[in-house]
Amino acid sequence: MQTDTRPLSPHLQIYRPQWTSVLSILHRLTGMLLSAGMMLITVWLVALASGPEHYASTQQALAHPILLAILVVWTSALFYHLLNGIRHLIWDAGMMMELPAARRSAWLVVALTIGLTALVWGRLL
Amino acid sequence: MAEFRLPKNSRIKKGKTFPAPDGAERTKNFRIYRWSPDDGENPRIDQYTIDLDQCGPMVLDAIIKIKNEIDPTLTFRRSCREGICGSCAFNIDGTNTLACTKGIDEIKGDVKIYPLPHMPVIKDLVPDLTHFYAQYASIRPWIRTQSPAPPDKERLQSREDREKIDGLYECILCACCSTSCPSYWWNGDRYLGPAILLQAYRWLADTRDEAAGERLDELEDPFKLYRCHTIMNCAKTCPKGLNPAKAIGEIKKMMLERRSI
Repeated sequence: MQTDTRPLSPHLQIYRPQWTSVLSILHRLTGMLLSAGMMLITVWLVALASGPEHYASTQQALAHPILLAILVVWTSALFYHLLNGIRHLIWDAGMMMELPAARRSAWLVVALTIGLTALVWGRLL
Repeated sequence: MAEFRLPKNSRIKKGKTFPAPDGAERTKNFRIYRWSPDDGENPRIDQYTIDLDQCGPMVLDAIIKIKNEIDPTLTFRRSCREGICGSCAFNIDGTNTLACTKGIDEIKGDVKIYPLPHMPVIKDLVPDLTHFYAQYASIRPWIRTQSPAPPDKERLQSREDREKIDGLYECILCACCSTSCPSYWWNGDRYLGPAILLQAYRWLADTRDEAAGERLDELEDPFKLYRCHTIMNCAKTCPKGLNPAKAIGEIKKMMLERRSI
């Protein structure tokens, strides 16, 4: 029987986003965002090492609203990745893997991410 | 590398519509994935409008009604109609479940039914499960022993030992969990997926089995076991309320525990 013409059933296109899968892909995305954000840290460190004038001009550039927004997102990515990473460690120890516990920890991670990001930027700005 | 788009021959076209019968008061639209190997066309979505006053309560009742009364070409698997055979597993309203235990009234708006996701389609709602069954066979899902069997009775278990396979033996291999798992979508050729790994743990947890070391050796592989990233779509979608993610976690723990001796 010829089988190579069989279509592939739809997957991402039709599967309703679940809190399980959304949080999981967010963990990956924030991980990538953190790596990309290292570039900004590097720029800032190089500026710091290049003397006071460079540092001052870089600080000024970083105060641009768009860059500031990127930094806020980056901070939230840091907290999300950190907190969700702890959640994964707890799972790896075999704990809190029942669905209700997993759901509670999911919302806790999201709430703490928002809270901690707000706390940090509330103090900075 | 994961391929997120559907291949050209798999993209879905608009299909036919079958209106409600005259005089129907309570109606519901069923939008169902159709594909036939015989006409060389791409898959399409056909829409059937059903009179709910002339239909049983479950999604399976509706598609049987469609096949009997509206369109006999609609093809799907079904058997027990009570959630124990696992045949009528589809993607219904965005998540995988059994059509026989899913109430039509649980679904808001149109009822969308697709075959289990990311599988080759044989026809309409019938996916090709050959690879899934081959993976099941690969874990050798039967009791493996060294010691001779008692001559006059079965291998008995204490009540406590028997309880260790609660939440595992109930699996009906409907494949809802495996086909809900993005990791299985992208690496299903080598990753065993939640259903098969839950079965693997079912034998690891069985106190009568004497091949735990051998079973763990067979699973010690970057793909077979460790493509599980604890997404937990499996536990979320299981129509029997089981938790494959937890079973996989237990296997990973066993792997670590035996290494630290």
